[in-house]
Amino acid sequence: MTTLTTIAATGVLRESWLLLAFPLFGAVVLLVGGRRTDRWGHLLGVAMPIAAFVYGLIAFFTLLGDTSRSQDQHLFSYIPVAGLQVNEGLLIDQLSISFVLLITGVGSLIHIYSIGYMQHDTDRRRFFGYMNLFIAAMLLLVLSDNYLGLYVGWEGVGLASYLLIGFWQFKPSAAVAAKKAFVVNRVGDFGLTVAIFLMFAEFGTVQFPGVFGSVKAGGSGVATALGLLLLLGACGKSAQVPLQSWLLDAMEGPTPVSALIHAATMVTAGVYLLVRSNPILALSPGARLAIAIIGAITLLFGAIIGCAKDDIKKSLAGSTMSQIGYMTLGAGLGPAGYVFAIAHLIAHGFFKAGLFLGAGSVIHGMDDEQDMRHYGGLARLLPITFGTFILAYLAIIGVPPFSGFYTKDGIIEAAWDRGGTAGPILTACAILGVGITAFYMTRMVLMTFFGKSRRPENTHPHESPAVMTVPMILLAVGSVGAGAFLIIGQRFENFLGPVTGVPPTAHSYWSVPGDISLVLIVIGAALAWNMYGRVPVPVTAPRGNFPVVAGRKDLYGDALNESLIMRPGQWLTRLSVYFDNRGVDGLVNSLAALIGGTSGRLRRLQTGFVRSYAMLMFLGAFVVITLLLVVRL
Amino acid sequence: MSPVHYVALSAILFVIGGVGVLVRRNAIVVFMCIELMLNACNLAFVAFANMHGNLDGQVIAFFVMVVAAAEVVVGLAILMAIYRARRSASVDDANLLKW
Repeated sequence: MTTLTTIAATGVLRESWLLLAFPLFGAVVLLVGGRRTDRWGHLLGVAMPIAAFVYGLIAFFTLLGDTSRSQDQHLFSYIPVAGLQVNEGLLIDQLSISFVLLITGVGSLIHIYSIGYMQHDTDRRRFFGYMNLFIAAMLLLVLSDNYLGLYVGWEGVGLASYLLIGFWQFKPSAAVAAKKAFVVNRVGDFGLTVAIFLMFAEFGTVQFPGVFGSVKAGGSGVATALGLLLLLGACGKSAQVPLQSWLLDAMEGPTPVSALIHAATMVTAGVYLLVRSNPILALSPGARLAIAIIGAITLLFGAIIGCAKDDIKKSLAGSTMSQIGYMTLGAGLGPAGYVFAIAHLIAHGFFKAGLFLGAGSVIHGMDDEQDMRHYGGLARLLPITFGTFILAYLAIIGVPPFSGFYTKDGIIEAAWDRGGTAGPILTACAILGVGITAFYMTRMVLMTFFGKSRRPENTHPHESPAVMTVPMILLAVGSVGAGAFLIIGQRFENFLGPVTGVPPTAHSYWSVPGDISLVLIVIGAALAWNMYGRVPVPVTAPRGNFPVVAGRKDLYGDALNESLIMRPGQWLTRLSVYFDNRGVDGLVNSLAALIGGTSGRLRRLQTGFVRSYAMLMFLGAFVVITLLLVVRL
Repeated sequence: MSPVHYVALSAILFVIGGVGVLVRRNAIVVFMCIELMLNACNLAFVAFANMHGNLDGQVIAFFVMVVAAAEVVVGLAILMAIYRARRSASVDDANLLKW
């Protein structure tokens, strides 16, 4: 178990606020400046993440020299009241700087790509404003030295995600998808919120060092509760089962958004949260097991969805869900898995961003056509896109020596080493997932780039301009080399070790489960070739058997939500509306109606005829006198 | 003479007056019937005063006469006003003050 001890930031790291300031400045200028910035807005929007990336590189090399401590740069006192002191500061350690480089590095490439992709969009400046806002919020998320600051960033990326999914808000489907993502994320945020409340109630602090220092004294019950609540938060943000349904709809956003937010960075925030909280998880084997199980379920869930989708982006979204499942599984395996989870996260950032940008390039060239059944034979027409896509494809399915092989293999091996009853089952899920990954990715490549053209007559696919292809090439380089660079020679283990702890057993590259997974890759790819390469792909989707139909419907995720949550919720609201109308309102209304009705009848006594009044007076006098006489007797 | 006869006469006059108030439509007649009832009361007061041998009842009879005179002044003025407005002295025609 590691605890977090920090020292005040020194040297160049004292200026780490610049990391946040650059993209935030870009976002403010672009969003407040309005149409005046339309002409040069995208250039500013690209410059800001690059500036942050340059600073991140400097900070990284500074940190390389001193690997023993985490550096904390105090910014300001956020909540200074008796009983709760929250000091906002930036925590610069090996884990956060890895994320900083991923976010700003991949983020910069995607920003550059967006110049080309969004060229014809009249709202390109607003797009870049939101993207910069996202980068700023994401950096705040990974750099904060306390859970409250992390939460601010957490909500900030949620907001940016909402704004960008619904960027084309004139499309009802995009507006609905944005709302869905926001609402589902609220469920996860509830877990994170309660976890922060619990930390405050139990430990009286939400700073990372304070929480991690006192969590041991809090007992394992508190640690398990915190672990499960953080897992709920991670499930929402990282689209893990059961909060996975929003990610597939999130593909309504522009493709660079899918690449940056819904593949490379934001959806991995849940994994960051879990790995960052490793001292809490260290005390709770139960929470760790729950995390691993959720990861294993999700990695199969997403992979199956990825097999059934014909929309290239939705298929990739299923794949993202599946790959994050691997990371979550890794995060649930303790110190043996943390390093590989983060390594896979970084490698995934490269190859999945590369795949999405490649898909975006295809969509761009095909006049916004996303159905793979209308593609076919694009390899010759889009050679650069094809080349980068193939490299990222080899990386994601885990062919050695591409990056996915090293990082995924580490997770599988860590699952195998876990032992017990759960270890072999988790391993089996993970290697089965590898086979399915090979199947759906091969299917995607075959349907898109090979075979005969199934394009409509009037489309003329063309290669994208250099501003789009250069980022794709750079990401492809990352896809090829990142895994080997990080894993070979325990480079990343030694780097991250001070934060996450070092894996107990040295990682070997060839293990039995790893070998089985390699065989499964071949089988999966061969199966896909048998179904989509050997025979022509029908343009209209066949009806399909049960698993295909289920996969097309997101494995009934929406149906489940609707029948388990939405319908009972509607019944509840209807019931309470009925009770309110009939019960509460009914009581009051009927009383009022009773009085109204009675007085309405009683007033008929006021006839206006003097003689009837006189009659009543006589009667009254008669009654009074009679009574008096009767009583007297 | 025993006071019973006076009281009986008074009761008869009162009932005649009361029935007249209830059944007659002409405001003047109704008015006169009210006077009849008042005077029936006066008769009873005076009879009881005579029976008890003091003046209390007679004094009250004078008060009643004064009040009746004042009432006649106001009542006849109202009657005139109603008659001018509606060209009718029937009490059933003055029935606007109702639900």
